[in-house]
Order: sequence, then C-alpha cells, then structure tokens
Amino acid sequence: MKIVVCIKQVPDTAEVRLDPKTNTLIRDGVPSIINHDDKTGLELALRLREKAGGSVTAVCMGPPQADTALREALAMGCDEAVLVSAREFGGSDTYATATILGAALRKIGYDLVITGRQAIDGDTAQVGPQVAEQLGIPQISYAEEVDIQGDALTVKRQFEDQYHILKVKTPCMITALSELAEPRYMSVGGIVDAYNKEVKVLGFSDLKEGLNPDWIGLAGSPTNVKQSFTKQPKASGTVLSGLSADEAVEAIMSSLIERHII
Amino acid sequence: MSKDIFVVAEQRGGTVQKVSIELLGEARKLAAELGEKVVAVLMGSGVSRLTEMLCQYGADKILVVDHPVLEHYTTEPYTKALTHIIRTYDPNIVLFGATSIGRDLAPRVAGRVHTGLTADCTSLAVEETSHLLLMTRPAFGGNIMATIVCQHYRPQMATVRPGVMALPEKDASRVCAVEMVDAGLSIEDQNVEILKISKDARKHVDMTEAKILVSGGRGVGGPEGFAPLRELADVLGGEVSASRVAVDSGWIEKERQVGQTGKTVRPSLYIACGISGAIQHQAGMENSEFIIAINQDQDAPMMKLADLGIQGDLSLIVPKLTEAIKAYRGSQTV
Repeated sequence: MKIVVCIKQVPDTAEVRLDPKTNTLIRDGVPSIINHDDKTGLELALRLREKAGGSVTAVCMGPPQADTALREALAMGCDEAVLVSAREFGGSDTYATATILGAALRKIGYDLVITGRQAIDGDTAQVGPQVAEQLGIPQISYAEEVDIQGDALTVKRQFEDQYHILKVKTPCMITALSELAEPRYMSVGGIVDAYNKEVKVLGFSDLKEGLNPDWIGLAGSPTNVKQSFTKQPKASGTVLSGLSADEAVEAIMSSLIERHII
Repeated sequence: MSKDIFVVAEQRGGTVQKVSIELLGEARKLAAELGEKVVAVLMGSGVSRLTEMLCQYGADKILVVDHPVLEHYTTEPYTKALTHIIRTYDPNIVLFGATSIGRDLAPRVAGRVHTGLTADCTSLAVEETSHLLLMTRPAFGGNIMATIVCQHYRPQMATVRPGVMALPEKDASRVCAVEMVDAGLSIEDQNVEILKISKDARKHVDMTEAKILVSGGRGVGGPEGFAPLRELADVLGGEVSASRVAVDSGWIEKERQVGQTGKTVRPSLYIACGISGAIQHQAGMENSEFIIAINQDQDAPMMKLADLGIQGDLSLIVPKLTEAIKAYRGSQTV
C-alpha cells in the first residue's frame, strides 16, 4: 500500500496579530508549522502503514522554505518526501492547486491519498476533494476513524448531527479531522534521518506534461482576491470597572430588564 | 449566457436544512439586483413534498432530482446529479450551505465543471458595474476578510456559513414551477458503501438556534467552572457555549465552540464570561444583538466589543446573577 499524504506549511494563525495602528497583519516572527489537520493525516498514514505495511510519502506544495515541513514529516517516520515547488505555481487558488497536486500525485503514484480536512490559513477544505476529482478517485472527507483491511478502508465520516460508517476500496482519498489521532512527536533518530534523507523536488518542467499550464498559478486560477481588509471595530459600549459583585449584578439585571430579556 | 441563481437545497432524511432557507432569502436579494430568478435544486429520494416550502421561502423554480441512490448523501451520485444540472441549465451563480455536506459536494462539483469556488462566505453582494458576485469570507483565523471574485468562469460558486444570513419570511401565496430532472443516475454511481448510519450519540445541541448563550473562556478556569454558567443558561432558557481555549483545554465539548473554527451564532443575548475576545472568537459571535462581557481585564478586546462590559470576578458575579434572575422572576409571578 503506497500512502501519500498532502501537507501544507502554514503560519501559526494563533500567533498572528494585528498592528493596532495600521490594522494590518503582523507576519514577522510568526512561526511556520505543519497544518494541524495535515499532521493528523501523517499520523493516520503512519498507523495504517504499521498495520498494513507499505510506505508513506509526504508531499508539500509551497515555496522552497516548505522543505522544513517535509523534514519534520520525515522525522515523524515518513519514508519519502516530495516538495512541489515552482514560480509558475505561485498564487494558485484551490482549483489550480488541485490541478498541480493531481499532476504530482500521478507522477509519484499512490494507492491511498490522505489530506487534512482544511488548512488554518485559508480554511477552505476544498483542495482535498478537488485533488480527488483531478485523480478521478472516490473521496471521504471529515474522517474521524479509519481502519484498513487489505485494499479496503472502513471510515467513520462525521456530519454535524450524525455519522456514517463507510467502506471504500483503494485508490481513494481521505481527509482527516484533527480529532482522529494525536500526532506523534519527531524521534531523535528520525530527526537525524530527516536531514540525511533527500527531499525530492518536482518543479514545473517535471509536471508540465501532466497538466495544462493555462490552469495553474495566479493567472490560471478561476478565483481571485479582489480585496482584503480587516474588520472595523464597532462603537464601544459601556465598560464598568471597580464594582462589587452585587453592584455588577445590579447593572446586568437592569440592562436585562430594560431590554425585556427577563 | 449563464443566468439565474441556483441554491442547492440540502435535505437530510427529508428535512431541509435551515441554512438552505437562509440562502433562498439571500438569493432573492441578489436576484433582485441582477434581474434574474432564484432556482432551488432539490436532490434526494422521495423528496418532492419539500418543493412547496422551498417555493414559499423564495424559489421561483425548483429542479428536482429524485433517485434511490440519493437517499443518503454520498459524494459521487450527488456530484453527478448537480454537474448534470449545471451543464444543462447553465446557472450564473450556485450557492451551497457550508455544512459538512456542502463543503464535500461543492469542491467536487467545481472541480468537475472547472469553475471557481469560494468557501465559507459570510457576505455576498453584486458589484454594480461588472455584475460580478462579490464573495467575502474570513481568512487567517478571522484576522482578515477577503473579497473573492470569479471573473472568467461560470457558474460563480460559493459555500455560505450557516447562521450568517437572516431567515426570510415565509410567503404562502408564492407559486413556482417544479421540474423533474433525469440526471442519468444509477445505483452503480455510488462508489462507497454505507455500512451504518448513526445519529450522534452525543446530545445534539444546535447553538445557532439558541436565543441566549452563556459562553465561557479561559477565565472560567476549568471544567467545573462551567457548572455556574450552565445554571445561568438554564434560568435564562439558553445554552452554554465556549471559546476555543476552553474547548482545546478539554473543559467542554467541541460542538459548543463559537468562532471561526467553531459555530457562528447570532443570539439576542450573548454573555461572554472570561473570554478575552480573540478575533477568531469574535468572528463567530459579533452579530449577537446584545453582548455582555464579564472579565477581570477591563482592556480585553471582548470588553470593547460588548454593549455592557463588567470588570470583575465571574465566579462571584455569575452565581449571584442566577439568584437575582430567579428572585426577579419570583417577584413578577405573584
């Protein structure tokens, strides 16, 4: 079983702050991490390999710096790592990204493709299903539990109000929820290995026969960002400080009574 | 030429999801600006009785794909059916609820018809000159908003966050055309096997329905700190919700999380207890009608967002508030 996990390197959005003067994002000094759901995908792949044998390949599309995310994946125990990187790929929306990743996956080969449900910077959850569509394989998104028997997977698929237990045969795509598994730490031996192993790079020339160059990058993306902005704070209400608990309760009570909430 | 606004009416077990009704209301506004019609797309098995309510909530026309393979949601048959509809009817815009089904189906369909898709939008508008759909959504954990356009491909597609758009009024006098569509489906289209379907064992709480939410964050201090919040919510007839910190700390279940990575709520009263008010949390509750914040830190962002901010110790204030409401109610019922 050849398992390929698509991971994304993202800024740790919990660390992103707004500059109070300019109201713009402060990106300096914000650490880059492997997206949480994708790290869960790596953990799932490693567990499935432990059970069923085979290999785990981590694939990351991004700038050359995304190499560090792939080294971390190797240190967790992945067998191979592939960086998909080219100037032509920059500015891709989810459709264009899926076009590129689809071409890369066809080149790498796969039985099972795993991604995280969504990335914390874009929050779209679209690339997984769109890669599956590019490859023409079934997808099961929102996976909460996955088990493997031969070439078949049993997946607990979460909905808001219910879950389905689904059975699917490889080749297929699964998108993992972070609840699925706690990712393992890198091992010391793994970290050493990670820097001895090669991270393969697939560039535009490696993939151009497998994709339409008009459908990738900023120019080939169906969607474009027209503008981005930060929200305007609304007018401040009343802030009362230094009250005793009883005075505080009184203030809240009068506001609730005034608004006929109680 | 591509025209009309299609709303994918998501149904589960024969019940139309609330977000689909919200979308019909939003689609009516866009349709008025564009001079186009609102078309609901209803897919399922034995679902034609749902057409009447879709009509009453704003559809001009309803396309129904009714087939046994659509009884329970799986990706491929629904993708095939909707792709058939898009290729046959050439809509200008297709809207989905950003549910776990909408967010599975929409990208697959957008991939197949080769068009753009914008995820999890919180506002939609029509640009005056170009007539393009302006799709606005939060990114970077709600830290920034981005307005996305899809200029060269049709349809323009978006998934829209549940609970953000207002529910339209029902109009029983509306009439509309219903058309049955044969999408060429067969049972073999289902390429995954459903072994079991279970309602979630956890009690399902739909916080987006709650009129009053008592919400806890870091300042609640631990799982036991939620008990007084629950009592307050009970006397107010509301529900308990939480910030990401409280959920990530394991103090309360994830389905009660409000925020960019949780649910969007717009209750008439939101009481934020010990929630500092990170942007990602505000993204999920800023449209609440009346916000009360109780926090030790009077400079916390939530205190600025709140209509009434109380600087103080919530472990003292909340139980006293619960008692005060009980006493007030007692005095009113004589």
